Amino acid sequence: MTSQILTVRFFARLREELGTEQLTLPADKDQTAGDLLAALASRGGPWAQLQGSQPVMIAINQAMAKPATPVKAGDEVAFFPPVTGG
Amino acid sequence: MISIQSEDFDSGAEYAALRDSGAGTGAIATFTGLVRDSGDTQGVSGLFLEHYPGMTEQVIAGLIEEASQRWDVRKARVIHRVGRLLLQEQIVFVGVCSAHRGDAFAACEFIMDALKTSAPFWKKELSESGEHWVEQKASDVARGDAWEK
Repeated sequence: MTSQILTVRFFARLREELGTEQLTLPADKDQTAGDLLAALASRGGPWAQLQGSQPVMIAINQAMAKPATPVKAGDEVAFFPPVTGG
Repeated sequence: MISIQSEDFDSGAEYAALRDSGAGTGAIATFTGLVRDSGDTQGVSGLFLEHYPGMTEQVIAGLIEEASQRWDVRKARVIHRVGRLLLQEQIVFVGVCSAHRGDAFAACEFIMDALKTSAPFWKKELSESGEHWVEQKASDVARGDAWEK
């Protein structure tokens, strides 16, 4: 049986400002990455920036995704600022 | 081949390995990126580089695959360092072997430009005035977009 949870990861500035590297959340039915972002932003404080003026990139199972992309139990969802390597 | 590592690399040894890519190789293009003293902030003394393990390697593998479809690529090598790096240290190496220089230059530049806007790495500048997460540059995005067709 698949456990009905999601893993949520944060990187770089978001990881630092949220003071959180990883969360485990119950997986809701018919949820999108955007729904998850809105739910986390509603925690307030530094979490509000997830729906603030700065862009937040989304990856699901280590592939780039969009707010409309569905998330399901067992997925690894990551939120991070635009990338700046190289 | 792709390596994400904290330790430095020997670009001479990497070049020697690229030369060993068969008699069809007529051109090798390499790029090395270094830690510079100014970026978003002045007086940069070093960088901290973070990445998303697993996804980073997958994204870069996809870029090499795309480069191989668009140009003649006989061998490609990407090394990217993570962790704390000091001024003038090497950050990134991209090397491509092709039959001809046009393909080698293009594939090397494409991989580097696309890496900057799609591989999940983040740089933090360290200076006397503190720490600063680097912002993505519109000029980098434009360079990445210019390769789309």
